[in-house]
Amino acid sequence: MAAPILRCARAGRCWSLGSRPRRTRALFAEPVPGRVREQSSAAAHEWAAVVGLEIHAQISSNSKLFSGSQVSFLAPPNSSVSFFDASLPGTLPVLNRRCVKAAVMTGLALNCTVNKKSLFDRKHYFYADLPAGYQITQQRLPIAVNGCLTYSLSVGAHWSPSATKTVRIKQIQLEQDSGKSLHDDTRSQTLIDLNRAEGQLRVDANVSVHHPGEPLGVRTEVKNLNSIRFLAKAIDYEIQRQIEELRNGGKILNETRAFDEKLGCTVSMRDKEGKQDYRFMPEPNLPPLILYDAESLPTAADPQQVVNIDWIRERLPELPSVTRGRLVEQYGILPEHSFALLNEDGLLEFFQTVMKETRAEPKKVIGWILSTFLGYLKQRNLAVSESPISPSSLAELLSLVDSKVISLPAAKQVFEELWQNQGKTTGQIIQEKKLELLQNQEELEEICQAVLAEHPQEVMAVKKGNQKVVNKLIGMVRRATEGRADPIRIKQILEKQLQ
Amino acid sequence: MLGLSLREVSAALKQGQVSPMELCQKCLSLIKETKFLNAYITVEEERALKQAEESEKRYEKGQALGILDGIPIAVKDNFSTAGIETTCASNMLKGYIPPYNATVVQKLLDQGAVLLGKTNLDEFAMGSGSTDGIFGPVRNPWSYSKQYREKKKQSHHRADEDSDWLITGGSSGGSAAAVSAFTCFAALGSDTGGSTRNPAALCGLVGLKPTYGLISRYGLIPLVNSMDVPGILTRCVEDAAIVLGILAGHDPKDSTTAQDPVGPFTLPILRDVGKLCIGIPKEYSAPGLSSEVQAFWSKAADLFASKGAKVVEVSLPHTSYSIVCYHVLCTAEVASNMARFDGLEYGHRCNVNVSTEAMYAATRREGFNDVVRGRILSGNFFLLKENYDDYFVKAQKVRRLIANDFVKVFNSGVDVLLTPTTLSNAVPYLEFIKEDNRTRSARDDIFTQSVNMAGLPAVNVPMALSSQGLPIGLQLIGRAFSDQQLLTVAKWFEEQVQFPVIQLQELMDSCQTFSQHKKLASVSLKR
Repeated sequence: MAAPILRCARAGRCWSLGSRPRRTRALFAEPVPGRVREQSSAAAHEWAAVVGLEIHAQISSNSKLFSGSQVSFLAPPNSSVSFFDASLPGTLPVLNRRCVKAAVMTGLALNCTVNKKSLFDRKHYFYADLPAGYQITQQRLPIAVNGCLTYSLSVGAHWSPSATKTVRIKQIQLEQDSGKSLHDDTRSQTLIDLNRAEGQLRVDANVSVHHPGEPLGVRTEVKNLNSIRFLAKAIDYEIQRQIEELRNGGKILNETRAFDEKLGCTVSMRDKEGKQDYRFMPEPNLPPLILYDAESLPTAADPQQVVNIDWIRERLPELPSVTRGRLVEQYGILPEHSFALLNEDGLLEFFQTVMKETRAEPKKVIGWILSTFLGYLKQRNLAVSESPISPSSLAELLSLVDSKVISLPAAKQVFEELWQNQGKTTGQIIQEKKLELLQNQEELEEICQAVLAEHPQEVMAVKKGNQKVVNKLIGMVRRATEGRADPIRIKQILEKQLQ
Repeated sequence: MLGLSLREVSAALKQGQVSPMELCQKCLSLIKETKFLNAYITVEEERALKQAEESEKRYEKGQALGILDGIPIAVKDNFSTAGIETTCASNMLKGYIPPYNATVVQKLLDQGAVLLGKTNLDEFAMGSGSTDGIFGPVRNPWSYSKQYREKKKQSHHRADEDSDWLITGGSSGGSAAAVSAFTCFAALGSDTGGSTRNPAALCGLVGLKPTYGLISRYGLIPLVNSMDVPGILTRCVEDAAIVLGILAGHDPKDSTTAQDPVGPFTLPILRDVGKLCIGIPKEYSAPGLSSEVQAFWSKAADLFASKGAKVVEVSLPHTSYSIVCYHVLCTAEVASNMARFDGLEYGHRCNVNVSTEAMYAATRREGFNDVVRGRILSGNFFLLKENYDDYFVKAQKVRRLIANDFVKVFNSGVDVLLTPTTLSNAVPYLEFIKEDNRTRSARDDIFTQSVNMAGLPAVNVPMALSSQGLPIGLQLIGRAFSDQQLLTVAKWFEEQVQFPVIQLQELMDSCQTFSQHKKLASVSLKR
């Protein structure tokens, strides 16, 4: 069981951070308040909200934080429970190295100071899905502290380059996952699943409001938010609720609240036990977690036994902000396009493969990928990996457009055909549907001549100086070629013939 | 035969002088004869015979697994044993059958040892008498010894009362009684504050508390994780070293075991103690120490000195704070460790089902005795946010000072410390229970628990009989991970003092194997 969790706290609206099974907890602290201006009121009545997030994210690992049990999504209840997970007397926790590495990696990615020594603690409370009566966590000295994450906000539908924000991260701690209680109200029973590989992400939001320049207000904690959308709604609601409450002369209680997804409001959870004292105590069965760097690594250390921070740092994948900057610079694409490429799993790789294999300009490619390709995927609710069109076929198609073998409308037609995925290549489709542009000058001249001969009135108009009619004639020629002629060439031929 | 040392009985098995089945049957019948000692909670007769039979086949093929192959042993009932009920002498775990073996149990079984059963203790090992478990008190075999009975007659006591039997000490009293009464050749105890050394002293046995981290705790149902160590109870030092050699070593399932290779634990014969420096901590002349124990302690120091060892008085200045500090740390961990017994996954569950909270409360009230509940209550009190710094943190700081006291003494050139193990010899049960468990534990752990706070190895070696004809043992304390050196000195001491073999004539009269056993026992322990 158990996982690193990420905890964080910041002001205003929120965002998230995800890893998978086993949890990391991060605390993000952001004292710079987001301001909420009351309509048509003086600055003195301005309110500021402070929001802190505790993010529980499961670490992607094959076994649990402190036991050898497998972690698998949607496994049958209690199917992967070790003796330790069931808290059988005499069992001991053994720290999973993979989880430690994931936590270090998260810490580095979030610009934290990774503590070379961290400690584990027991947090006690009685609950049916907490079989040991305590949860192993890192309260006193967590694995990473004092980080930050800079991110950009899109305001409305349009990209606003000025909306860059930084959220401070208080700490990242490794924490054992609790079990899951399933309440059966009709039989008034509670069933416990100790697999503990529930949600990938769970957020508790702490919210308070105050007048700027005055001490911070009393906070409430909205528990167990499991989507970004609900998180944002819950925080917005809670800020407004607290302001209303205070304006009406009420008081904010330091309490735990839940978010009602249907009603879109938060409700008090009314803790039955009253004030909880978790009676924290050092976990005596786990020695301090010692991490090394290149300098402190003992020469005789078994690489399988130690975690080297520098080694992980070197292998850290490129972080999203760096990737985005690189894309803008390398391909000359717009910043918002770089966001779009990274927001869809696999889209960046798809784009880069297309770029490698096509002559088309990046701006053209990004247009195709973000509007046409992504549009098709979204309409059909598919992931990039499920696309029937390979990056290579798209690259080929775009190259053909670029070298004027086919026209843009023809290319759209080919794309549609390719999507149907009937095993035909781009070349075959173009050939079958006769989509390639007419390249033969004589043939084009003949067609133009014929069109002019059929429309003496238009010819007269041009000759009288009405150049707009040329466009009408171009349209006629294109219709006559079923769209297979390049308008620029048609224009050149027509102008010559009309002289 | 039952009084042989491990090496002797192993040789006898190899040479075919006795078969594993015979040995097992003898032990089982002696267990039955001595049932009134209440040493065992569970006797696994069938399982043991089956193991003995398998061992016998191995010997026939000349494929014995190790030195313990075919040798009957017993294990304290707070070690998890796969398929065998493990109760901790508590209602809470009555009927609980673990699905796995503690690492130490598995290591013994891997050597071919024959597990006879699970031995009695104080509930969850909380006690110093082996009187506070749900299966009743353990009786000290010395109560029935010729040595004790004769002294009693001399002092005009009525000898044959059933009520005047003595306690074994605790909490591993069942294991001590089992070894002392020759029902097995070695037994596992556990030692958190003296629970192996204390009954060893009162039952005339060698009781070893190895260095913390040398032996895996995996499967030992914890009392205080940061102090618990599996203990070894044997009739001679060499036997303890043999068992230690089998049990010691890193266990991936216990992150607190040392990674470095350990051993060997074979004991060289120490001919010259001239280079040895023995420290006598002056703070151990504690109030309540019987004049007799005090006298034997001095005599032992003189013995070392007379043979050329350097004997120096040393100071462990924080000793007097140790027991109260131990109390805080012990109860805090107890409160935490006992939290898992909630009636949900295993063990006792009450009939109350109005709410989960009510179920917890009633289950824990019914499942734990007053001693356990008392410690849980104090432990939770010490861990409360408002008390944490004043009690738990302070106690941890004192613990560090106590550990540093030992480090300083050993750094000053002292090799081994010599101290009493207990205040006096074993006392009668009726006298013992006049005081409550807390008072008794605080008093009886006085010489032993600071060693657990510091994680050091320590061993009780029986020295002599008191004027009442009862064993008095002394404690030797060594540097961390110097268990072999400690036992080497202990072995030298054992040879010098020639502690007498228990004469269980009256106890054994009905036992068919008696005459043979007595003869061999006397021979084997005479060195």
